[in-house]
Amino acid sequence: METFRYLTGVTTLRLSETSCVGCGMCAVVCPHGIFSMSGKKTRIDDVDGCMECGACAKNCPADAISVTPGVGCASYIIQTWLKGKDAAACGNSECC
Amino acid sequence: MIEKPLHQSGCCEKPSHESMGIQIAAAPPAESVAPDEVCCGSPPGPASSPHEKPGYALLDFVATFVQTPAGPVPLIRSDLRWRDHVGRLRARLGINRAQYKVAPGLYGVGTPDDQAPVLVTANYKLSFDSLRKELKSVNAWILVLDTRGINVWCAAGKNLFSTAELIERVNRSRLKKVISHNRLILPQLAATGVAAHHVKKAIGFEVVYGPIRAKDIPKFLANGSISEPAMRKVTFSLLERMVLIPVELAHLPKASFWVLLAVFIISGIGTHIFSFSAACVRGVMLFVAYVTGILAGAIATPALLPWIPGKSFAVKGTITGVIGGAAIVVLFWSDIQLLGAMALLLCTTAVSSFLAMNFTGSTPFTSPSGVEKEMRKAIPLQAVALLVALVVWIGTGFAG
Repeated sequence: METFRYLTGVTTLRLSETSCVGCGMCAVVCPHGIFSMSGKKTRIDDVDGCMECGACAKNCPADAISVTPGVGCASYIIQTWLKGKDAAACGNSECC
Repeated sequence: MIEKPLHQSGCCEKPSHESMGIQIAAAPPAESVAPDEVCCGSPPGPASSPHEKPGYALLDFVATFVQTPAGPVPLIRSDLRWRDHVGRLRARLGINRAQYKVAPGLYGVGTPDDQAPVLVTANYKLSFDSLRKELKSVNAWILVLDTRGINVWCAAGKNLFSTAELIERVNRSRLKKVISHNRLILPQLAATGVAAHHVKKAIGFEVVYGPIRAKDIPKFLANGSISEPAMRKVTFSLLERMVLIPVELAHLPKASFWVLLAVFIISGIGTHIFSFSAACVRGVMLFVAYVTGILAGAIATPALLPWIPGKSFAVKGTITGVIGGAAIVVLFWSDIQLLGAMALLLCTTAVSSFLAMNFTGSTPFTSPSGVEKEMRKAIPLQAVALLVALVVWIGTGFAG
C-alpha cells in the first residue's frame, strides 16, 4: 500500500528463483501487489511492502517462497513471550 | 432455512409431545361454529410455510428454497433489513461478536443453475451480509464455510478458512450434484489459508481468487472472472479505520476499573499517609491523564494514522500522547507543580504509545516481524516512562 509504509528490512519473505515455475499465483494472491512476473520467473518488486500474511507461500505449487506468517498483533506477541508460541491465543475482542 | 434445533434431545429419546410442537388440547367440534360466524379475535394469519420444520426456525434473509439434486437449497435475499443493520452495529461495538454467524453450507441467490458461479465465504454474519448485499443482479451459489463466526482474512490467518474446511464443506454440501462445472470463486484474502493446488489435487475443483471486496464481484463476474489490479489490493481508508475503533475500546472498561482504583490509592499517598481528599482531587487529574492516553492512542492514532509522522506505531502513539499530555498539563496548570506536570505528561504518553502499538493487529499492512521488532524497543521505554510517572506522582504527594 503506497500510502501506508511500515518498518523496512524486517520481513521473513524469501524467494528461490531456481525453484520458481513462473505460474504467477503469488502475484495473484498478494494483497499488496509486491510481486510481478519477469519472463518465466516471479520477481519481488517491493519487499518492504510485505506484511507476512503467507498467502504467496501457501499457494506456491513449487515451494519456492518461504515466509513466517503470523498475527501482527501486540497482545498476541506479548503472550508468545510470556507463555510460549503454542499457548498463546489471539484474544476474542482485542485483535482479529 | 435450517437452523439449530430449538430443543436438543438425544436420538434415542422418545420425544415429548411438547418438543414436537403438537398441541394436544382438543379442538372444538366443527359443528359448534357456523362457517361464516366471526370467531373471537382478528382473522388468522397466513398458514405455515411448507419449509417450516418442527424445532427449526426460518430466517428472514431466506426468500424461498430451490430444489436441487442435492436437496432443497435456501435462496437468500440480497437486501439488508433493519435486523441486519442492528446486528452489524452490535458486532462493530463488540457486543456478542463471536456469536454473530450463519449456518455453514450451500445457499443460492437469484436464479442459479448448474452453470452458475460458486462464491465461497465465511460464516461471520457481517461477511455474509456484505457479500449478499452486492449480489442484487447476480445468479450464483454461495458456499459458506464454518469459520467459527470469524471474517475471511482473520479466519484464513487462523487456518479456519482452510483447505481442509473448504474440501469438507464442498463434499458435505454435495456441490458436485448441484453444478456441472468445477470452479470455486474464493475471496482473494482467503489465500492465506487455502492452497489452490491442494484443493485441485484433492477434489478436482479449480480455485479462482476473486476480488478482495464483495462490491467488485458483479464487475469481476462480468469481466470473465478477472480482477483488475485495484480489486486485488487492500485499502485502509479513514472509514475502514474508524469502524475498528469501538472494538479497540471495548476491552478497556474492565482494565480501567482497576486503573481507577490504583490511581485513587496512588494519588492519596502523602505526608498524612493517606488523604482521602488528595486521592479524589489528584486522582481525578491522574485518571484524566490516563483517559487522554486512551483518546490519543486508541482513537486519534488510528484516525490520523497516515498523517502522523513515524513508521513505528509506538512512535506515532508517543507523538499523539505528548500532544494530549500537554493539553492535560495546560488544563491542570494552576493546581500542579512542574514535577506533577511531568508525571501527567509521561503517563498519558506511555498509555498512548502502548495502545497505538496494539492497533498494529488491526491494520492490513503491518508485518508480525516488524511489530515484534518495535515492541522489543518500545515496551521497556513505555514501562520506564510509566514507572517514573508514578514514582514522581507519589513524590509530589509528599511535597504538597
